[in-house]
Amino acid sequence: MTGAADALAARIGRLNTAYAHAIDDDRLEDWPGFFADDGLYRIVTRENHEAALPLAIVHCQGAAMMRDRVRAMRTANIFEPHSYCHTLGAAEIVGSEDGVHAARTNFIVVRTMQSGAMSVFACGRYLDRIVERDGALELSERVAVCDSRTVDTLLVVPL
Amino acid sequence: MRHEYDTPLRIAYPLCGMSTAPLWPDDDVSRVPYRVYSDPGIHAREQERIFRGPTWNFLCLEAEIPEPGDYKTCFIGDAPIIAVRDAGGGINALVNRCAHKGALLCYKPRGRVSEFTCVYHNWTYDLAGRLTGVAFGRGVRGEGGMEAGFEPEAHGLRRLRTASRSGLVFATFSEDVADLETYIGPAMLAALDRVLVKPVRVLGYHSQLLPNNWKLYAENTKDSYHATLLHVFHNTFGIVRFTMGGGIVLSDNGWHHLSFTERAADGSERDGAEAVRSLKEQYALEDPSLMEHRLELGDRITNSIQTIFPTLVVQQILNALAVRQLVPRGPEECELRWTVLGFEDDDEPLEALRLKVNNLVGPAGYVSMEDGCIGGFIDTATRSAPDERSFMRMGGTAIEPAGASRVTEAAVRGFWRAWRDCMAL
Repeated sequence: MTGAADALAARIGRLNTAYAHAIDDDRLEDWPGFFADDGLYRIVTRENHEAALPLAIVHCQGAAMMRDRVRAMRTANIFEPHSYCHTLGAAEIVGSEDGVHAARTNFIVVRTMQSGAMSVFACGRYLDRIVERDGALELSERVAVCDSRTVDTLLVVPL
Repeated sequence: MRHEYDTPLRIAYPLCGMSTAPLWPDDDVSRVPYRVYSDPGIHAREQERIFRGPTWNFLCLEAEIPEPGDYKTCFIGDAPIIAVRDAGGGINALVNRCAHKGALLCYKPRGRVSEFTCVYHNWTYDLAGRLTGVAFGRGVRGEGGMEAGFEPEAHGLRRLRTASRSGLVFATFSEDVADLETYIGPAMLAALDRVLVKPVRVLGYHSQLLPNNWKLYAENTKDSYHATLLHVFHNTFGIVRFTMGGGIVLSDNGWHHLSFTERAADGSERDGAEAVRSLKEQYALEDPSLMEHRLELGDRITNSIQTIFPTLVVQQILNALAVRQLVPRGPEECELRWTVLGFEDDDEPLEALRLKVNNLVGPAGYVSMEDGCIGGFIDTATRSAPDERSFMRMGGTAIEPAGASRVTEAAVRGFWRAWRDCMAL
């Protein structure tokens, strides 16, 4: 790997770490800020993804829809309190073209309920498109592809 | 010594647990004994008397198995089923269990085959479930082989009665239950036809594992009373209000129901699309586009939830169309399977709208996620009180709509009427 590619991989790694820690630390209001204003965020199952079926579990087109997700969760939706702990793999840069970097990063999310019950809530891969703006990296697209075809109970906190 | 009983013998079900009290000592379906949500004996009886009893159960959509040999696996209660398109274009429902040793024949969710072959000992069946071959049936070099007088025709797969309506495929284990259309009834058929008005396309699948007995979710779908109370998003962001028009329709026997909400014809619609505004400006969605609604079914109904006993839900929420099927997984867990739909002739903007509107429903749905956890809340709280009973008297005890009001538990009582009819409890 060239020095430039190494440096880019390290920067994407730092973006991913900051992203995961914002969610795990319940700073969800910061979460849309990791995306471009017109960025796309989707959570899909591997079953639908591999069958090229377009349905998503969460489909946010633009940071405004992401902010709405967070606000609905804070003000309206009802669920048993829980927290996530993300563990991420190293980012693999799949390609770069016209200033857009395509990357893939594996994730595991352990969910801990208020009862103390813990489970592997989700695992899979982020398929990302990452752009540079004002000297910083941001996501123009993140598709979280979950290996499992099923969701335990409900999903309210983004992955 | 001779025992005298001072009361007539009553059915003392369940067979499990410490209680000797009769399960349901009266006819009151507005008060459900909590034992029904946890007892393994009741779960076993439901398999026999409901799922393998006089009910029609949803299997799949015709559109999912369009070509000969296309199959999809599914469940009727605990029973694994294969729905397969045969060479003549008909659909067969076969119990997914080899007649030899009882192994699953199809262990993949879907596929295309010319015949079914059991992986264990290569017994093969045609698409109608007839046994067509037994590996080493004649032995090897004239030795061994199946017993003399073996009759393959007596060892096929169990084939169920099958029927379709509006592109939905149903099957029943019962030889006695009326035909599908009589079972569903004219009012509910009209509601099915209204949503599934033309050929559909599957946009994808969701699945949720719910930490509760299947009946808690089944009740919840018939309970329009909770909609704006549990799903606070409705009120906060102003989608459904009970001051909007709408109503509840029940089938004649009370087994199936339809609940719908209608938009007033106030002239606010432009080009078939209207953004639904929030009641409270401070809670307006920053991007309300996911609540746009393109009227497409020839009326002004914005939400319709229809249930067919025991486990099918047909949903229209704005432009989010889906069928949901509930699969019990023992007494304390169930799987909710969503098949999310569009129409074959959807244009690109309409499909894009459907994908956005689907944020409202599914495992992460703004107005459905609470349904995933509420059954677990009941399960946790009632397990220690099997002989106590709920109190569902909103709208009284009748199994009939209360005028135009959706603030009624009539359809939930209808569910329990159906359950008790089948269970003879």
